[in-house]
Amino acid sequence: MKRIIGLSSFNIAKLKAGDEVSFSGVIYTARDQAHKRLVRDIGRGKGRESPFDIKGAVIYYCGPTKTPKGKVIGSCGPTTSSRMDEFTPFLLKQGLKGMIGKGRRSQEVITAIKKYRSVYFLAPAGCGALISKYVKKVEPVAYADLGPEQILKLEVENLPLIVAIDSKGGSIYG
Amino acid sequence: MKIINAGKISAAVAQLCLKANYSLRSDVLAKIKSAYKNEADRKAKAALKAIVDNAEIARRDKLAICQDTGLPIVFAEIGQDVRIKGDLRKAIDKGIVKGYKQGSFRESIVCNPLKRDKSSHQGAVIHTEIVKGDKIKITVMPKGFGCENKSILKMFLPTAGIDEIKDFVIETVRNVGPDACPPYVVGVGIGGGADLACLMSKKALLRRITIYGLRITDYVSKIESDLLDDINKLKIGPMGLGGKATALAVNIETYPTHIAGLPVAVNLSCHALRSATKIL
Repeated sequence: MKRIIGLSSFNIAKLKAGDEVSFSGVIYTARDQAHKRLVRDIGRGKGRESPFDIKGAVIYYCGPTKTPKGKVIGSCGPTTSSRMDEFTPFLLKQGLKGMIGKGRRSQEVITAIKKYRSVYFLAPAGCGALISKYVKKVEPVAYADLGPEQILKLEVENLPLIVAIDSKGGSIYG
Repeated sequence: MKIINAGKISAAVAQLCLKANYSLRSDVLAKIKSAYKNEADRKAKAALKAIVDNAEIARRDKLAICQDTGLPIVFAEIGQDVRIKGDLRKAIDKGIVKGYKQGSFRESIVCNPLKRDKSSHQGAVIHTEIVKGDKIKITVMPKGFGCENKSILKMFLPTAGIDEIKDFVIETVRNVGPDACPPYVVGVGIGGGADLACLMSKKALLRRITIYGLRITDYVSKIESDLLDDINKLKIGPMGLGGKATALAVNIETYPTHIAGLPVAVNLSCHALRSATKIL
């Protein structure tokens, strides 16, 4: 089990598809509608920009439940990554370094992961209650009107992940 | 004639929302535990362990099993000798909102499917059926959309053989691969019209998961058992990590159909197959 603390200064080339890792650091939740807006806001310029620094960042495909009283966060597992495929190459070009989700990615995404030397992880799918235990802090970042699809900044500790696609384009799904 | 107050229906629905989202169905959990026991592959075994741990944490800490607390599907079997005092539709909607709010569940429903602005808890799908008797049987099934997105209907020719139908079901699971949280429960509806085939494929998921013994006598159970074996040969496994458990069960429902056709629908459930039932 490799330990990773953030990705901005981590040597991503050391990660191989199939590696089990323990991830600590900051991740940003973003799913369908947040991706659409991110690409619109960054892509068009027009005085708008990304609500967080994409360079070196990790995006988690997740829309948690509401936070029950007395808890840091509610259930917060990964959603199906492939729905974000059409937006991902653009974000990787902007400097996005890591993605966490579940399931396969398109060939275009795999090519972009290789080109921009980034990495795609799997989180324990359908295990949102379990994952909530690894989240230590939550802060809203942007798009509050999207409700469960807003962007949140999560600080996680020792979150268990599996490298699904590595920076050389290697994939556990063959 | 028995009178049932709408308020009683609301209260039952709210309670079922909480139960279904916090407590994994006992038959599903038992089957996952047995898959865990039988698994030899280390990573697949660890993924199954995470599912069991997740179910325990959810129940203990009152957390939703999955953040996708689903599109609530409500099945109401209403006895023909029951009179409902009040508005049934409103009572169910109210119960859903109450239960989902109480559980801090996700607002996953967009009121307008095209504009897709603000999401809320309003918009449960309700199926009612008039049956014999003087009771109401209510089932709430929070259906996650990762797996619902993989639903499929095919109108076969009436001359199609059982092998073609089996291949269709197996190919459906193969194409979905690791994307919709395997191990799956595979619901299949065969017959009726296009509408009923789809509904049966979803209702099939409500049936308790059977662990087949050695004596399978009826035709449909044999097909279910064969399909389960074939699907598990795909080796997709939990989280797509390989291993023995790609599906936990295949449940088939059938109904008479037209001489000119043979509708077959498949509705998948992720391993977090949630439903809860109460009889009033």
